[in-house]
Amino acid sequence: MMMKETMVRIKLTDFDSLPVGAGQAVTVNGENIVLFRIYNGEVKAVENRSPHRKGGTLADALVSGKFIYCPVYDLKISLEDGKVQAPDTGEVKTFKVEVIENEVYLQI
Amino acid sequence: MKKKLVMIGNGMAGVRTIEELLKLQPDGYEITIFGNEPHPNYNRIMLSTVLQGDKSIDDIIMNDWDWYKSNDIQLFAGEEVVEIDKEKKQVISEQGRKVDYDELIIATGSSSFILPVPGSDKKGVVGFRDIHDCEMMIKDSRKYKKAAVIGGGLLGLEAARGLLNLGMEVDIVHLMPHLMERQLDETASGMLKKELENQGMNFLLEKQTQEILGEERVTGLRFSDGTEIQADLVVMAVGIRPNVQLAKDSGIYVNRGIVVNDYMETDVPNIYAVGECAEHREIVYGLVAPLYEQGKVLAANLAGVSANPYEGTICGTQLKVSGCDLFSAGEIGDDEGTKSIKVHNEFDGIYKKVVIRDNRIAGIVLYGDTKDSNRLFRMLTKREDISGMTSVSILEASGCCGGGEAGDVAAMADDELVCGCNGVTKGTIVDAIRTNELTTVDEVGGCTNAGRSCGRCKSLISDILAYTLGDQYDTSAKKAGICGCTTLSKDEIVAEIRAKGLTNVREVMNVLGWSQEEGCSKCRPAINYYLGMVNFDGYKDERDSRLVNEKMHANIQKDGTYSVVPRMYGGVTTAADLKKIAEVAEKYDVPLVKLTGGQRIGLFGVNKEDLPAMWEDLGMPSGYAYGKTLRTVKTCVGEKFCRFGTQDSMGLGIELEKKFERLDTPHKVKMGVSACPRNCAESGIKDIGFVGVDGGWEIYIGGNGGTDLRAADLLETVKTKEEALEITGAYLQYYRETAAYLERTAPWLERMGLDHVKEVLADENMRKQLNERLDMTLERYKEPWQEAITDNGIKEKYYQVRKVTVE
Ligand SMILES: Cc1cc2nc3c(=O)[nH]c(=O)nc-3n(C[C@H](O)[C@H](O)[C@H](O)COP(=O)(O)OP(=O)(O)OC[C@H]3O[C@@H](n4cnc5c(N)ncnc54)[C@H](O)[C@@H]3O)c2cc1C
Ligand code: SF4
Ligand code: FES
Repeated sequence: MMMKETMVRIKLTDFDSLPVGAGQAVTVNGENIVLFRIYNGEVKAVENRSPHRKGGTLADALVSGKFIYCPVYDLKISLEDGKVQAPDTGEVKTFKVEVIENEVYLQI
Repeated sequence: MKKKLVMIGNGMAGVRTIEELLKLQPDGYEITIFGNEPHPNYNRIMLSTVLQGDKSIDDIIMNDWDWYKSNDIQLFAGEEVVEIDKEKKQVISEQGRKVDYDELIIATGSSSFILPVPGSDKKGVVGFRDIHDCEMMIKDSRKYKKAAVIGGGLLGLEAARGLLNLGMEVDIVHLMPHLMERQLDETASGMLKKELENQGMNFLLEKQTQEILGEERVTGLRFSDGTEIQADLVVMAVGIRPNVQLAKDSGIYVNRGIVVNDYMETDVPNIYAVGECAEHREIVYGLVAPLYEQGKVLAANLAGVSANPYEGTICGTQLKVSGCDLFSAGEIGDDEGTKSIKVHNEFDGIYKKVVIRDNRIAGIVLYGDTKDSNRLFRMLTKREDISGMTSVSILEASGCCGGGEAGDVAAMADDELVCGCNGVTKGTIVDAIRTNELTTVDEVGGCTNAGRSCGRCKSLISDILAYTLGDQYDTSAKKAGICGCTTLSKDEIVAEIRAKGLTNVREVMNVLGWSQEEGCSKCRPAINYYLGMVNFDGYKDERDSRLVNEKMHANIQKDGTYSVVPRMYGGVTTAADLKKIAEVAEKYDVPLVKLTGGQRIGLFGVNKEDLPAMWEDLGMPSGYAYGKTLRTVKTCVGEKFCRFGTQDSMGLGIELEKKFERLDTPHKVKMGVSACPRNCAESGIKDIGFVGVDGGWEIYIGGNGGTDLRAADLLETVKTKEEALEITGAYLQYYRETAAYLERTAPWLERMGLDHVKEVLADENMRKQLNERLDMTLERYKEPWQEAITDNGIKEKYYQVRKVTVE
């Protein structure tokens, strides 16, 4: 329960400035995160690191619905829970994003 | 009121029993399952493949949480049952939960047997039994290098293979002089050992572990002969021990396992046992096939349906390690009462042995070639009399010349086993395919359970599908869609785009009923290409449907950086351009400057936010080193300098590159121009290549220097440069219009046939029309780097990286 009280909200950018369908890399206090404004209007955030063992980034992923396809190894990753879809495996961290009056906030 | 059924243990045998019961009597019981693992039911057999890296844990879940819900089963996962109160007919969990039962199934399986040697409680000593063990090994492999596996049986070898795949060095310690001694004779075992040594395993045979060394964590092993080895991880795979303590404490009769009769009943009324924890006619089984048979009998018993009693099973075994095809069943040794037929082909690494007792097959060992295992195993289990057969006909399947797989399927008897794990015969599968109109291996599994355990039989199931469905299966296989989002083929999609006048990717997916609304990384780039090909007159390209390199107009590298390769038409540059490239490389600290295979200079390791500025500084066009388009035209120096050249190879090369650059093609296209048959530009392995000869050019098509080498075929010889350009245009356009996306010219040409392509290109009228469509297409391209420099929208959307800091 303590967790909830210490939660912080960090303003990232304006909603309007987020393009649809292409990831936007942000570095928040040294942490690499990538934002996706998906076609249904939601904003999702995941850690900007390909879960493939050889590494890579996710900003240039192909976006489809609530999934992205890793640009380097084509892993299909859920933006909801960060899980790589079968037959591949792995996971990336996901972050909670809130959009309040055209401003995009990250919750950590 | 429904009767209450409680099951302790949520593993393979138990859940299979419930599945069978639900089939027989969907509403008979109110079912509660306790499982002390925190997962829904998973395929334990596949842990080996998880460890070997071929599957993830999610892939091996057999019945997910939804299955329990939709079947109204109450599952307490991660909760151990600690007491059975026979009098009150109640089980009690460690959390103190009490649940009443009318009928109780004990399906607690077994645990890894841990050798009772000093040190076996140290950190880094694991069994190989469940997901937890598997996860621990995977985790440890990241930190430690040396593993020792104790036990050279099935499980030990599968674990060892997994640890090798995880990058560890592996010693396998085995008490006996040969591996898998219960399943293999000396010859087969020797062959197996050799193969596994080739794979990188190190064997220590006839070694008895005496002590596990180390302080808190294991550091090594000491053997009874005094020798020692180092190890940071020790996997015990020396056997299993049925989980019977709970039953014993509750006063149920236990010998090695929980003793049951032919109906899986224990000596206590209303309490049953099934699976590895049960002992039936003095045998405790450790493979799923017999356990599933037990489950079937128990389910029938609970449903009140009459069924044959369970009378025991003869087991066949195979090893799930790639490179080792082996099968074994029954008696493998010889004695006075047995004769055996053996084939040992050392050259091909094949060994087959069939042990015969009283004119019946009593045992089988196959190594290197196991395709006869089903047939022989059926003869063994049916106790077929083989007196009339010759040794050759026993070892070789019927049919005159060995026959292919499909032929084998036709020759199989209906009662022949296809899936050993689940006891499913060919007849059952064929029936299921016919009555339920099944078309895929998974559907067959859903109906019959075949293929749902170790998966070894899946290729046979697919053969049976092909054989049963005949042409229907063939056409449906050919019609397989371009990706999982559709069942439409490339040709159908293109036809629909033309017929319905579709103009954008979303529209195609909508109108043609895509299953994933926004498509996937396979279909989106393909549709985008097809749309652009059909609507050649001003198609608006959809950048977000492009593969990453084309979206970013630079090649992504494995670390997420990019490369920049400026155009260098025909491989020719100037001192001024070289200087500029050098300056840019210096200014942006480019880690690698390299001449590429296509005669240009590549700047590698560039951060994506630097790309637009670099392009601006360079002021050169994009070299499309990343595109499904014309890459480069490689040229030799030709007549201008070379003493052999008879033609202007650089001139033609530059002209070709300037004319066709940026053109979208199904896959990358490379060209080469050599000015004489010495062919210094390697024109014979290009998508299209030109070789200068006296008075003209030879044109070669369909070559490939990549993964599948293919020498190009001579298309024709032309006299002038203009003719060469015209033919090239027609050829490229014909390829664009008829190839599948991502099909290179080499396989395309083989598919279309050289003669056909020659014929099309020989038709003057056809050539003209193709060139017209091509020319219109070429109109619509813009220089992408220039666009990125001038268009802020593009710059921000694709290349910017924002930084946010908070205090
Ligand atoms: C790595 C590996 C590879 C294998 N490969 C093959 C193969 O290729 N072919 C083959 O046929 N077989 C193979 N097997 C064997 C096969 O997996 C087993 O025979 C089968 O899983 C046994 O089923 P079961 O239901 O009896 O036991 P399990 O599947 O072990 O299930 C028993 C469950 O009960 C739980 N449990 C125990 N006590 C309690 C309690 N008191 N309260 C609640 N829950 C409890 C256990 O934790 C376990 O989850 C393999 C096994 C392993 C480990
Ligand atoms: S292909 Fe012939 S003309 Fe061209 S460089 Fe080689 S030898 Fe000289
Ligand atoms: S033989 Fe194992 S799943 Fe069919």
